[in-house]
Amino acid sequence: MADTVIRAENLGKKFVIGHKIERDGLLREVLTTGARAMLRKGADLMRGRPLPAGDQLEEFWALRDVNFEIKAGELVSIIGRNGAGKTTLLKILSRITEPTTGRVEVKGRVNSLLEVGTGFHPELSGRENIFLNGAILGMSRTEMRRRFDEIVDFSGVEKFIDTPVKRYSVGMYVRLAFAVAAHLEAEILVIDEVLAVGDAEFQTRCLNRMSEVAGSGRTVLFVSHNFAAVAALTRRSIVLQGGQLSFDGPVEAGLAHYTSTLAKSGPDRHWGRGKDTTLISAEMVDQRGMSTERFVSGTPLRLRVVVETTGMPGMSLEATLRDQHNLPIGFYSSSAFNQVLLPAKPGRYEGILSLDAYQLAAGEYGFDLQTTQTNIVVDHKVESAVRFTVDACSPDGVAYNFRQDLGAGHLAMRLTGPLEFVPARSSDAPGNPQLARQSG
Amino acid sequence: MTSVDHPSGPHLVLEAGRADRHYWRDIWSYRGLLFILAWRDVAVRYKQTVIGIAWAFVRPFLTMVVFTVVFGHIAKLPTSNGIPYAIVVIGGLLPWTLFSSILGDASQSVLSNGNLIAKVYFPRMIVPLSTVLVVLIDFAVSLSILAGVMIWYAVVPGWQILLLPVFVLLALLASLGPAIWAAAIVVKYRDFRFVIPFVLQFGLYVSPVGFQSTVVPEQWRLLYNLNPMVGIIDGFRWCIVGGESPIYLPGFVLSLVVTAVFLWIGIGTFRRIERGFADLI
Repeated sequence: MADTVIRAENLGKKFVIGHKIERDGLLREVLTTGARAMLRKGADLMRGRPLPAGDQLEEFWALRDVNFEIKAGELVSIIGRNGAGKTTLLKILSRITEPTTGRVEVKGRVNSLLEVGTGFHPELSGRENIFLNGAILGMSRTEMRRRFDEIVDFSGVEKFIDTPVKRYSVGMYVRLAFAVAAHLEAEILVIDEVLAVGDAEFQTRCLNRMSEVAGSGRTVLFVSHNFAAVAALTRRSIVLQGGQLSFDGPVEAGLAHYTSTLAKSGPDRHWGRGKDTTLISAEMVDQRGMSTERFVSGTPLRLRVVVETTGMPGMSLEATLRDQHNLPIGFYSSSAFNQVLLPAKPGRYEGILSLDAYQLAAGEYGFDLQTTQTNIVVDHKVESAVRFTVDACSPDGVAYNFRQDLGAGHLAMRLTGPLEFVPARSSDAPGNPQLARQSG
Repeated sequence: MTSVDHPSGPHLVLEAGRADRHYWRDIWSYRGLLFILAWRDVAVRYKQTVIGIAWAFVRPFLTMVVFTVVFGHIAKLPTSNGIPYAIVVIGGLLPWTLFSSILGDASQSVLSNGNLIAKVYFPRMIVPLSTVLVVLIDFAVSLSILAGVMIWYAVVPGWQILLLPVFVLLALLASLGPAIWAAAIVVKYRDFRFVIPFVLQFGLYVSPVGFQSTVVPEQWRLLYNLNPMVGIIDGFRWCIVGGESPIYLPGFVLSLVVTAVFLWIGIGTFRRIERGFADLI
């Protein structure tokens, strides 16, 4: 009865990435390194090897020695921070890319959803795109026809179904795209983070739809940063860390394990690189400038960020504050809020973001950091760059601890003046119109 | 809905370097996607143009006029047995356009569908094959030029015209080999994006498009037929005007051999590289 539908053995995936060597701009230097790189590329071309950009090559294992088994009907979440190998694993399972080592056995039809609206063409109408997208995701024509009305219904864009999707709003586009995806029929569904779209009402509908799918006995593999969705939809978690499987077990324990790995990561962990800028390290500091992982509610929130830039103009530093469920609760952008940009001279810089003295509810928090080009193109993004804990939140020193998990939000709101209750003047009393008329 | 307790789907093993045993059957089962992708390209191609699909007619027609004027009237190239020059040109231009459009479009197809390839699995060969379908539709439209010119010059075709579909198929196969090869190689070495338009421009003049291959000296003809389009274009003209434009048989056989070799290399290269497409794009 409980058949194994996916069995992965010693799964590994290697990439070769290139690094650019720092140059001091001497023409002779540039010419010789350039010529050397060209010779190497020519040789690689002859031997039929790929050509990564850069001057120095480095091997990088996105996935290494991963073993697991998944039985029919299981609902499994795969969690881990960016770069942990989640997407690579999904891509191998859905046959988009090949493993370098090891093997996977898959029994049954796999449908994968790594992105909503894959292959949507802006010039085509909503109706045409439903058929196109359905075919790309592997639905047959008869399946498509049978499901068409349901899909249109779910998307809620009936009125515009014959309008080219380039005239759609972002919301409509995403709803249509998700509607197609939500009606895929397969024994094994592989879903990358796609729920983080649309408005709250639509997200709820998507979640309901997902649990319907999950409840119908299908095997589902689900990647998400939304802890609430992971906990609601799946029973088992696989936690990836640096390309290796670090936990496999019940979902609650998996989430706890993941949170603990986030907290442990010091500023020395490797964050990768952006194209023009690279976030080197970040930490929270107290008033004296000492590194800390505890935030005292009501004191300024200070982040020290070290960043490297090639001198590209127009680069902005941004920070997103997230709660223990990884939901965003605050945002800061140096260019949009303060018109402060990273220096246009190459080098390594350090800056302190001194934010408001928030009364944050007790619990766990994290900051995502990223650099962007003119607020739009993300150059280097580090999720959970800084983790910190608030032990207690008692505004004005009253012995009451306002906690994040009360479900009442993340901010204890403070008064700017004293609160006094005085007898209401009779003319203001809305409950007594007669009195009001007499005095008026 | 299929029962999950008894997985009815295929049993797959994914590992490095494993050649897909059911490669061609897989392509066949994805034929729906093949037609949908071709339909998408056709539907999108002439959107927001005023004359629409008529472009498929106008382009080869104007090229034919220019060739007829330049080679026939200004350079006064000879034609055998007084066949009207326009017939010679259109007989060469149609298969050549088929060849060059397939090679040109298909070689870019994998790159331009990169987003699909990085996000969804399907047999990658579907992508260049679907561009072939698109080109065929344009070709069907431009066949009407041939009919028009034949009526204009009152050329009555012989029984040979019935063999025209065979030569269309040969032209398809001849272009498919290099096209599939280029589609794969362009993903790895983008340099070839610049090489292919150049090759096509060059090829227009070394193929017997604006002239008949009979102008090539006898001792060089077999060598000339190493260009597979030579035999095919000759065959095309033979279908239209019959014995007036004979096929050079040894050369034709050589063209077929070269076509087969290209096809072999093309498919082999594509299948070797396609497994890494998602990592390269």
